[in-house]
Amino acid sequence: MPETIAFSGHVKHVSVLDEEGNADASLEPTLSQEELVRRYVIMSTTRAFDRKAVSLQRQGRSFTYTPFEGQEAIQVTAARLLDPKDWAFPSYRESAFYLARGAPMSMLFTYLKGHEDGMAIPDKTNDFPLSIPVGSQIAHAPGAAYANKLLKNGKIAIAFFGDGASSQGDFHEALNFSGIYKLPVVFICTNNQYAISTPRMMQTASETIAQRAMGYGIHGVQADGMDPLAMEHVLSEAFDRARKGEGPTLVEAIAYRFGPHSTADDPKKYREDAEADPWRKLDWAVRYRKYLERKGLWNNDVQAKLDAAIVTEVEAAVAKAEEFKDSPSQMFDFVYPQMTAELQRQKAEFSEVYGL
Amino acid sequence: MTLMTTIQAINAGLHQEMGRDGTVIALGEDIGHEGGVFRATDGLQAKFGKERVIDTPLAEENIIATSIGMAAAGLRPVPEIQFSGFVGVAHNHIVNHCARLYYRSRGKTKMPITIRTPSGGGIRALEHHCECIEATYAHVPGLKVVCPSNPYDAKGLLASAIRGDCTTLFEEPTRLYRSIKAEVPDEEYTVPIGVANVVQQGDKVTLVSWGPQMKQTLDAAEKAKEHGILCEVIDLRTISPLDETDEVVKSVRKTGRLVVVQEAPKSFGVAAEVIARVNERAFDSLQAAPMRVCGWDTQLPLGTNEDFFIPDIKRILTAVQKSAGY
Repeated sequence: MPETIAFSGHVKHVSVLDEEGNADASLEPTLSQEELVRRYVIMSTTRAFDRKAVSLQRQGRSFTYTPFEGQEAIQVTAARLLDPKDWAFPSYRESAFYLARGAPMSMLFTYLKGHEDGMAIPDKTNDFPLSIPVGSQIAHAPGAAYANKLLKNGKIAIAFFGDGASSQGDFHEALNFSGIYKLPVVFICTNNQYAISTPRMMQTASETIAQRAMGYGIHGVQADGMDPLAMEHVLSEAFDRARKGEGPTLVEAIAYRFGPHSTADDPKKYREDAEADPWRKLDWAVRYRKYLERKGLWNNDVQAKLDAAIVTEVEAAVAKAEEFKDSPSQMFDFVYPQMTAELQRQKAEFSEVYGL
Repeated sequence: MTLMTTIQAINAGLHQEMGRDGTVIALGEDIGHEGGVFRATDGLQAKFGKERVIDTPLAEENIIATSIGMAAAGLRPVPEIQFSGFVGVAHNHIVNHCARLYYRSRGKTKMPITIRTPSGGGIRALEHHCECIEATYAHVPGLKVVCPSNPYDAKGLLASAIRGDCTTLFEEPTRLYRSIKAEVPDEEYTVPIGVANVVQQGDKVTLVSWGPQMKQTLDAAEKAKEHGILCEVIDLRTISPLDETDEVVKSVRKTGRLVVVQEAPKSFGVAAEVIARVNERAFDSLQAAPMRVCGWDTQLPLGTNEDFFIPDIKRILTAVQKSAGY
């Protein structure tokens, strides 16, 4: 018998905007002018939050933070495309997503200042608290998607994670399970080139992360994660597929982690600063702004007004977070829905020792 | 002798063991080029090469699983799990394979793996970056658990763990990495696993702790002295096997009183085991109910309230006074 090809596949890459902010006409999404501007405003606001969070840590006013600069388009676009009651499973680098979903900025600062109350998820959404053990949240999304399907509530589930997380077993197990049951779930991999110091090419010999979808019989696509229009194109398609019952999608969004892994990390140990230069040209703050300007939707005056408004918003959020006080004894309150007798004894002892 | 921090002593220990035995290899996330997030493995890759100092993909389960195959086939892997909260990702392999292969192979397959991981709070880190996990793994037959409290013990115990024939969870107290310095011999030495250290002689109360809590425990003992209570202070150094030379039992036979200090949550912890053994072996000598000063049975709070969880001098001193006046 001659050999035959049992399987072959290819991975599509989607990029809509060029460096000058020109959109490919065949791929340009049909978003209202208002929405196009709205996304720019939200992304700008999240970036200001991100830089402030780093700065507060540097000043000793808050704790370790994992910045997302360079990844705003992915997170904000996903948030804009979700229904409030869809399920999202973000990682620790998805603060922009929470902000775009309507979480008060002061709450995120409160969390970074070391208070659990800042982690509370607003009732209006079904988002999980950010997950810190790398990749673990990927495997929760198919469970929520399965429940959505069984309960016929029409909701989808999405999981965010990075290139590093794609090496964890949870990633593979999640894709496999969701493929078998054709679940309404979208896996959004932000390939930001690094897992702390480990470059993407040391993470896997696979040429793309998107192609790994094929091994699990689900759809996979790669897109320019720093291009808000490319993200709109691939995420709206993937979310629609999930909503229509056509199964899961793995989206690999290519981006660059402009900052360190966390405020405790020093990238100079493993990469040159100049490496970021070509990526800066691809930044949405450059490309997408040019796109809006070409369409007559943006100019320097509006930018100046936005910059001023954002400073006010961020400072107000920081002030609110700095006013926040809690009692240390709250640590006893959320261990169990009903406090055990032993915990009641310990809480009483705590109050006696510390007078709190 | 060289004055070293704990992290420098661990680094020196790794250099020493890799230098003396070509089968010792290090592997983990960011440990090679980067030298580890705490720099414990700094300079190892430059000295011993990429084949012996491996930057792994981001997969803790795989780091331990791979170590199992390596150990079976003749290497002595020293995997690093970046933070204690992520040891759980590899729990299956640690508990179901590392701990059991010697038993299941009827003594043929040894698992000389030293799993290094930072442990304990006090550095205002994120969730899962500061838990004390010794009780979880000390409960598993076949594993050893070590937790040094100072640079000298860190280097010596690390050498013993790496040269040993079974899997050792080597907990490195994160807040002691750079906060204390001590003289450490430049030459090779080992500190035996399973042997507790009587750090301070005393006659009134036996005060036991280990790892990250030793500093507060010794400070509290100093305060107790001002109140006329001379504590005998014991550093367990190894959690499992626990105090093979009976230092705690011998001490309680002398003092009749026992206070155990543990950073992890109170219930089902190492302190309970220490107290149970004293009850079994030195009950007749007890003049006071044994006590424990522990973390609460809650999650370790985020940075702002962390210090309300970790046993402090005040709580330890109160227990010592209560025991002495029982």
